[in-house]
Amino acid sequence: MYTEKVMDHFNNPRNVGEMENPDGVGEVGNAKCGDIMRIYLDIEGDIIKDVKFKTFGCGAAVATSSMVTEMVKGKTIDEAMVISNAAVAEALGGLPETKMHCSNLAADALHKAIGNYRDKQQTKE
Amino acid sequence: MRVYLDHSATTPVDPEVAALMMTYYTEKYGNPSSVHGFGREAKQALEQARSQVAELIGATPKEVTFTSGGTEADNLAILGTAEALRKKGKHIITSCIEHHAVLETCEYLEKNGFDLTVIPVNEEGILSVDEVKKAIRPDTILISVMHANNEVGSIQPIAEIGRLTKEHGITFHVDAVQSLGKIPINVDEMNVDLMTVSSHKIYGPKGVGALYIRKGVRVVPMAHGGGQEKRRRAGTENTPGIIGFGKACELAGQRMADDTKHQTKLRDKLMNGISERIEYVKVNGPLGEKRLPNNVNVSIRYVEGESLLLSLDMLGIAASSGSACTSGSLDPSHVLLAMGLVHEIAHGSLRFTLGRQNTEAEIDYLLEQLPKIVERLRMMSPLYDQVIHKQQAQ
Repeated sequence: MYTEKVMDHFNNPRNVGEMENPDGVGEVGNAKCGDIMRIYLDIEGDIIKDVKFKTFGCGAAVATSSMVTEMVKGKTIDEAMVISNAAVAEALGGLPETKMHCSNLAADALHKAIGNYRDKQQTKE
Repeated sequence: MRVYLDHSATTPVDPEVAALMMTYYTEKYGNPSSVHGFGREAKQALEQARSQVAELIGATPKEVTFTSGGTEADNLAILGTAEALRKKGKHIITSCIEHHAVLETCEYLEKNGFDLTVIPVNEEGILSVDEVKKAIRPDTILISVMHANNEVGSIQPIAEIGRLTKEHGITFHVDAVQSLGKIPINVDEMNVDLMTVSSHKIYGPKGVGALYIRKGVRVVPMAHGGGQEKRRRAGTENTPGIIGFGKACELAGQRMADDTKHQTKLRDKLMNGISERIEYVKVNGPLGEKRLPNNVNVSIRYVEGESLLLSLDMLGIAASSGSACTSGSLDPSHVLLAMGLVHEIAHGSLRFTLGRQNTEAEIDYLLEQLPKIVERLRMMSPLYDQVIHKQQAQ
């Protein structure tokens, strides 16, 4: 039901973990639905230097989280903002139809983390 | 190592059963309705199978109608009774932990003018006879309750409900798909009028089941166009399948005591082993006598069921889960929710169902691997962070 790439990211997820004093944090989903994704960002200038994630959820939830962290490392925040959930799914070679809605939220978590970073910047100014 | 722990989903066909069936595909392939010798030998074997099924549930052969499986038998029982008794009344009672083949058939009738009462269960997944009693109305025509639950293995008070239905003259249907061959069944002692049984859960082939219909109970057929099965189910019989089912029933009867002993031992070893080795685990369903001998169901907190299944599958271990991802909807198992579990704990449920061929070594392997899987997934889980932080603070 999952592609090899999904299973690879599920079994060997990239960038799992937390971050002390992150520049931005974003969380989406809730335990009731069975999916929670949290993304931490370390941003220098407007470049994403490092990214970590923690996810509670199914195989697709873990794999999309892992994939999105790989896709944004080293990118500018503007570049990261245009990455969509669909693009993450595509990078994984596709997801089962039923997973496209419920477990494909990693880009949303990323955008929320960037939003959090921008909010913090504004308060500083 | 490949370890199959999903016997409530389906079982392998017993080699003795498969060998017998093969004869009826390639040599004794006659149509049981034909008058010639080919037909007669098929008919004779078909009737022997009917006796074997009847024997396992304490019925007479004439009361057994073969179907394409448990789902069709459930549909025939419920729709056929509703049709037969619609002038007498329009009220149906069932439980909230039924298989979807029963629940959705009852809901279909509800949409078509019948009244439906769905009885709740307690936290062990067992319904209360008092609740059933309270739900009975003068126009109640049918009560449908499963013998044992497929997810948590809880055994329902069927005989007590049977006394009630007999007293009130209500048709009583029991889905015994999960209990057949695992615990003793006697349709007379239980006062059951209709009983659903299935072949592929007891080492018989898929695509075969039966509905027990007590003598004198009327069920309107759904399939028309042939006189087979005493006009209750038209269509040429799946002779090899039915003969395999019969043989599987005979074997199940012979092996029940040994199977129960073997599986109860493995069940308790697995259930205790998980509780000892993994923190924050909840056993779902009753303990001891009120639980099927082959069922283990646990919720592992802070992790999600499908992730557990995928990780187990990578190691060759087959199990199932009540998480939303595996139920095909956005909600986790209706059974676990009905037992009062909150969504996030229901999402982390795992079901292991044992079979004849499972060994202690397989359970040891699972008990060795599962804690590592849980640890890995918990380290990834934002829900577990809170637990770790709390532990560190202490």
